Amino acid sequence: MNKNILEMRNITKTFPGVKALDNVNFQVEKGEIHCLVGENGAGKSTLMKVLSGVYPHGEYSGDIVLNGEVQKFQGISDSEKAGIAIIYQELALIPELPVYENIFLGHELTKGKMIDWNETIKRAGEMLKKVKLNNVNPATKIKDLGVGKQQLVEIAKALSKDVKLLILDEPTAALNEDDSQNLLMLLRELKEQGVTSIMISHKLKEVLAIADTVTVLRDGQTICSLSAVKGEISESIIIKHMVGREIDNIFPSRDKKDFGDIVLEVRDWHAYNPELGRDILNGLDFNVRKGEIVGIAGLMGAGRTELAHSIFGNPADYKIKGDLFVMGQKKKFKNPNDAIKAGIAYVTEDRKGNGLILIDDIKQNITIANLKSLTKQGIVNSNEEIKAANHYKSSLNIKAPSVEQKVGNLSGGNQQKVSLGKWLFVSPKVLILDEPTRGIDVGAKFEIYTLMNKLVDQGMSIIMISSELPEILGMSDRIYVVSGGKIAGELLSTEATQEKIMEMATN
Amino acid sequence: MGVLNEAKRLMKKNIREYGMYIALVVIMLTFSIATDGLFMSSRNISNLINQTGYIAVLAVGMTLILIIRHIDLSVGFVAGFLGAVAAILLTKTGAPVWATIMIVLASGALIGAIIGFLVTRMGIPSFVATLAGMLVFRGALLRVTSGTGTIIIPDKSFNAIGNGFIPDIVHINGIHTLTLIIGVIAIGLYIWSELNSRRDKLKYNFEVLSTLMFAIKLLFVSAVIAYITWTLSGYNGLSWTVIVVIIVVLIYNFVTNKTVLGRHIYAVGGNPDAAKLSGINVNRITLIVFSSMSMLAALSGILFTARLQSATTTAGTLFELDAIAAAYVGGVSAAGGVGKVTGSIIGAFVMASLINGMNLMGVDISYQYIIRGAVLVAAVIFDVKTRNKRS
Ligand SMILES: Nc1ncnc2c1ncn2[C@@H]1O[C@H](COP(=O)(O)OP(=O)(O)OP(=O)(O)O)[C@@H](O)[C@H]1O
Ligand SMILES: [Mg+2]
Repeated sequence: MNKNILEMRNITKTFPGVKALDNVNFQVEKGEIHCLVGENGAGKSTLMKVLSGVYPHGEYSGDIVLNGEVQKFQGISDSEKAGIAIIYQELALIPELPVYENIFLGHELTKGKMIDWNETIKRAGEMLKKVKLNNVNPATKIKDLGVGKQQLVEIAKALSKDVKLLILDEPTAALNEDDSQNLLMLLRELKEQGVTSIMISHKLKEVLAIADTVTVLRDGQTICSLSAVKGEISESIIIKHMVGREIDNIFPSRDKKDFGDIVLEVRDWHAYNPELGRDILNGLDFNVRKGEIVGIAGLMGAGRTELAHSIFGNPADYKIKGDLFVMGQKKKFKNPNDAIKAGIAYVTEDRKGNGLILIDDIKQNITIANLKSLTKQGIVNSNEEIKAANHYKSSLNIKAPSVEQKVGNLSGGNQQKVSLGKWLFVSPKVLILDEPTRGIDVGAKFEIYTLMNKLVDQGMSIIMISSELPEILGMSDRIYVVSGGKIAGELLSTEATQEKIMEMATN
Repeated sequence: MGVLNEAKRLMKKNIREYGMYIALVVIMLTFSIATDGLFMSSRNISNLINQTGYIAVLAVGMTLILIIRHIDLSVGFVAGFLGAVAAILLTKTGAPVWATIMIVLASGALIGAIIGFLVTRMGIPSFVATLAGMLVFRGALLRVTSGTGTIIIPDKSFNAIGNGFIPDIVHINGIHTLTLIIGVIAIGLYIWSELNSRRDKLKYNFEVLSTLMFAIKLLFVSAVIAYITWTLSGYNGLSWTVIVVIIVVLIYNFVTNKTVLGRHIYAVGGNPDAAKLSGINVNRITLIVFSSMSMLAALSGILFTARLQSATTTAGTLFELDAIAAAYVGGVSAAGGVGKVTGSIIGAFVMASLINGMNLMGVDISYQYIIRGAVLVAAVIFDVKTRNKRS
């Protein structure tokens, strides 16, 4: 009788020093695709963790009503029994295990006391078909699949649990255009089959394309729910509700564009990955000038991150051939420290994996790459450290009660800002940004773009690796397209278009 | 009222750290009552501290090893072996005490460097590399003591490191005055450094404790130092072992908290990949930490040998496990990146107090092991639970 499958009433959840959710009300209709949007730290992930029992009943106040019944989940297994499945942004698959084992991990199919492997493989095959992975062999190891396919396997896993309500936390953040489209299509199909989905996303284009209803959270409160059939949804309206003001041009313009000499250049750059046993970079040439933003586009796996690593002191120990010049001087970096000393900084794409130390606090993360500047006679001045960290906390608008907050407790976007602060603190000449706005809300994106413009105005050079073409087009002065470990083409921002880039990238 | 609230907040924020001190006090009081005050007597406390010395220095080194996500199982027999080497140098070659100590410490550092090399350059897991080290040095200890068996050390000044006490200026009424003077100086230095850091913080307009709370804290810590020195001065005063342990703790505490090296060690433990990309030479840090560990094992060997006044064929057996237990009781995280040198020292004293107290009470050795195991588990449960609660 009730058309709402889910109602969350007056949900409040606090962490020490932070009120993450403040009387949130959230309703989801049966069979719809409901998008949850909001700034970084607005409380989206927390709300979904409350729903799925990660924060058990008693750790929050308010009611979860599923199909008209109040639920008191003690843990994820309870919510799974009730038909809720959540897919976190960080994939929870085990790389070394095959697809079929991953799909049924935790709810293994048994015959008597033993696992029924044949049935498992057969059922896994069926699940894979449901998520359009017809040509993936269920025996493939997860690590041999691309992220896009891994994401679909996650969904297959959820489906195998007979899910009624599917929650996806930024499912497309790490996916390229094609994989994202695939995923959205799949969600639509699931909808036909009666599965209700809640999707968190910062990619508003996708939200527009798929949402039946959009709920906006800001600072832990529900701002509004917008309905597509009533025609209430548009990008500018969502943005306005999200950030509380209007942003006309998401890519801020830059007046002054005078480029100086070449600051960083590589010539005939080769890299061989001994682990894979093959060349990952095959003779690249590229350069960046003072005050310039160079965009590096390409498909996933084209070698863009590897290029950044190979320049930044080669931490993965590739075998490198080729020449590298900084300010016209030939250099050889033995480790990242050499690169940092030469004025290069690298903000990684994987902030949790190799960007930040999650168990440490904001100030420790911001200062770790440049402790020397805070040191007198070998002693770190902890007061100066707090001061420096506070400076970046306010200038980058990092949302946290203090710089003593553990980075692991920050929302994704705020973690990204900490990573950025860490590398600004070394005052580099060349800043390499790898997917700088992944998982970042529109308002913060705008802030980061504005900051990038300011930095190049002050004479810094920026190399921006990005899978988001609008960002590449909107921010770069010059664009290199990488494909198969080679430069497939170079475009000036004035001549570049999405089509041209895609054509070069796929050739 | 304000102070009470502040105290509550402090307590909440530092529950893990304070918890350990509270546990130590509870254990001490319990034993005191159970033994009619015998446990807290000057003589017993002095004894307890000296017994703990050689494990305490190992626990300090082990803290760093565990922080960077490694383990060192070789330290027990490295200590045993190098203790025997010290005995041989003193008895067979007639080397002076200072030279013996230098040689033994340097050998320790070298052994650690070799282990570090195996771990970093050869890519051997530290568990395996140090397990091998444990076997090798056990063999080496048996080898060097094979002809002689136990080696008795006649050198009084060497033995004083493990048994002796600092001399006194004037001994009044059985009170060790130099110990008291050192205690007073320590309190002075403590207050001075706290005032300094408070002034610095105020200069930056950072939040500090309220004046009353600050005064209470100063008073409390000073009282603890005063009590300990008073107790010790009632027996023979400060022992050389205590002096050695205090120096080691001061140095390691300083390095881990104040220097770039220390911060890099925590960073490597917290996330080695991120540390590497932050320009930290992870291999170098690992090498340094293993070197320091084995050097402290050498020191432990010296303390132990001096205490027994001889080198035995089984010296060092199971030291490594006592050190690891002390570190975990002291709040080091099994996942790496978290832990404090001072915590591990408290951990070492908690474990030593248990043994000492149970011995005084005449608890059977079988129960002693069981109780120690239970305390280890309880301590880590407390640690894990409070870690999740904390922001
Ligand atoms: N375990 C935690 N301890 C302390 N604070 C937390 C914890 N988890 C989340 N928070 C805080 O709660 C707030 C909401 O975080 P949440 O992760 O829900 O944001 P979000 O809307 O998902 O943001 P993003 O888009 O960046 O992922 C943030 O201020 C965050 O710092
Ligand atoms: Mg989130």
